Amino acid sequence: MKINGAQAVVESLRKENVDVIFGIPGGVIIPLFDVLYDAKDINVIITRHEQGAIHAADGYARSSGKPGVCLVTSGPGATNIVTGLATAYMDSVPIVALTGQVPTSLIGNDAFQEADTTGITRPITKHNFIVRDPDELVPVMKKAFYIATTGRPGPVVVDLPKDILTSEIEFYYPESIKIPGYNVTTKGNPRQIKKVVEAIKKAKRPLIYAGGGIIISNASEELTKFVKKTGIPITLTLMGLGAFPATEPEFIGMLGMHGTKTANYAVDKCDLLIAVGARFDDRVTGKLSMFAPHAKFIHIDIDPASISKNVIIDLPVVGDAKEILKEMTKEIDKLDIDEWRKQIEEWKKEYPLMYEDDDILRPQYIIEKLYELTKGDAIITTEVGQNQMWAAQFYKFTKPRTFITSGGLGTMGFGLPAAIGAQVANPNTLVVDIAGDGSIQMNIQELATITQEALPIKVLILNNGYLGMVRQWQEYFFNRRYSGTDLKKYKHWEDEQFSKDKELPYIPDFVKLAEAYNALGMRIEKKEDVEGAIKEALKRKVAVVMDFIINPEENVTPMVPAGAPLRKMISSKEDAENYLLA
Amino acid sequence: MEREYTLSVLVENKSGVLAHIAGLFSGRGFNISGLSVGETENPEYSRMTIVVRGDDKILEQIKKQLNRFVDVIKVVDLTNISAVHREIILIKVKATSHKKQEVFQICEVFKGKIVDISHDTLTLEVTGNTAKIEALITLLKPYGIIEIARTGRVSISRGFKKGEK
Repeated sequence: MKINGAQAVVESLRKENVDVIFGIPGGVIIPLFDVLYDAKDINVIITRHEQGAIHAADGYARSSGKPGVCLVTSGPGATNIVTGLATAYMDSVPIVALTGQVPTSLIGNDAFQEADTTGITRPITKHNFIVRDPDELVPVMKKAFYIATTGRPGPVVVDLPKDILTSEIEFYYPESIKIPGYNVTTKGNPRQIKKVVEAIKKAKRPLIYAGGGIIISNASEELTKFVKKTGIPITLTLMGLGAFPATEPEFIGMLGMHGTKTANYAVDKCDLLIAVGARFDDRVTGKLSMFAPHAKFIHIDIDPASISKNVIIDLPVVGDAKEILKEMTKEIDKLDIDEWRKQIEEWKKEYPLMYEDDDILRPQYIIEKLYELTKGDAIITTEVGQNQMWAAQFYKFTKPRTFITSGGLGTMGFGLPAAIGAQVANPNTLVVDIAGDGSIQMNIQELATITQEALPIKVLILNNGYLGMVRQWQEYFFNRRYSGTDLKKYKHWEDEQFSKDKELPYIPDFVKLAEAYNALGMRIEKKEDVEGAIKEALKRKVAVVMDFIINPEENVTPMVPAGAPLRKMISSKEDAENYLLA
Repeated sequence: MEREYTLSVLVENKSGVLAHIAGLFSGRGFNISGLSVGETENPEYSRMTIVVRGDDKILEQIKKQLNRFVDVIKVVDLTNISAVHREIILIKVKATSHKKQEVFQICEVFKGKIVDISHDTLTLEVTGNTAKIEALITLLKPYGIIEIARTGRVSISRGFKKGEK
């Protein structure tokens, strides 16, 4: 069948079962959008900024497990997705990003809207392609989806010059494809697994440290069975939340910089650390040489490059966590670790996550209420900073793919567009973006997409008028010098009609902003109004922006100062001073 | 312990691959001291010889990161196996007529070639491993070195191992 390149791209998308694309058109990509105009089976969601499109594709992928597809034009269209590619790359999210490119005859000429897209995106993609020959187009599409979704997933860019989209090609979609330099080990080495099981049986104080790899490999059930059978306590990374139900007694909370004291003490004291689908990030380990100082390390991961990258591993297993956990569960029984479990129960009792219970409107309370009222039955996306950490600490995630957050890159402005993707992938599930007033503004324009597509997303802004996480660091470690973090209005217009400033010095007025986008806005300033407001928002079938005016100098605690050992957790300015003095 | 390692890397012969690999070294802060690249017996592939400095842990990371690349077919560490290492130097030295004979002799000892001659300069082409090249430079220094052009190292394993094509 002879068709043009643009039609071939769309046919390829069909072969890959793609039914939704997030994107924005532009000059060179018009031929492709023209074909999509007739493609009634592919939902094309037009965002207001390309960064919104790629984060939406990301949220779609994380919440569904299917690859997200993003379609943008050349030059600025492509450079605008750079942050989103880096975000997806750091968190191993399968995305195929199709970028327009100037015609091959103009490449390298500094043509209008030309950028070296493959050059720019090379270090932040799993792989990228530029199609220079029409005959390569379809095989490249096949390869792109294959690479993006297999092994340790990641974003793949396919750069499409305009003349390739308009040239005539013979369409034939290959069933399978061979890429000589790309081999994925999924099956764990049986001898290595046996050794792992033996080591676990011998341990007195074993601890499971599981991450986003569990969710990617759809191994939550296997992980849960393994934990339930052995009774080993488990801590999760930020990316791993939801991989094991937070409501189960074996769960001891998140570990790391804003982890629970129980989790961090357990890491400090364990004699065997079983890392599964996690990568020993610095926010998890704190001071590397002091990380789990008494432990032997087991590391199960699909990416060989993750093993022994930061911590030297005693027993590595390369492969897919799902199968490996299944094998391990077969070979093991309940462990005799009552003493260790008792110790952990004591820590849990002694050091629960806390915040002050008074009349002040505190963010932790809001998130606890949200959890109560949703019964955990929601997909939560977050922005980055304090809002993200409070969400991670106080919402109890019980199912995989329900917590969508930018962990590795820490991309502010991620949550709102990611919520769009999550809602599109899960039309019947409640989707809530937990945001801060700083980061929500980094992609606030996507409220237009939400309204246009009638997506009933709830946006919960924890508004403190600060870039709160940086402010917290400044409070603790920079003598309260709030350089660059105060977002409140402090200069006054000289215009007479504007002479009286509004009661709230916060910019913008999120309630009015919501209304401007034809969504529902609410402002909540009192603790006693929280429950009613959330109930009302959850009832409504529209997008709701809830502006919670929270205690401006609330902190995320406990906190391990950057570069400190995990057991050095601080919870106040005073602790920080003592830490700095020591 | 920091030392030098030689890696032979088989890659897809297409544009962007060299940039990708060079980017890995700069992006992750690995120390690269030599790189040469050329087509192999199969025109679809190129072979890169990469000389890096670091310790065993860094080398392990470099190998794994290289293996992650879709365009990298195979990474072989030639550091501790029997292999032939060669590089080429073109070296232009000052040599007025009464010194020319001495430089000719040095060239002969190093099994080199005189590739250019002028009134008061000689240009030598010498092939050898790094130590030999360094020795040549040391010997020629007193005459006055005007210009040096060196290739990176190219390396190949000795003999035939099972599994090799």
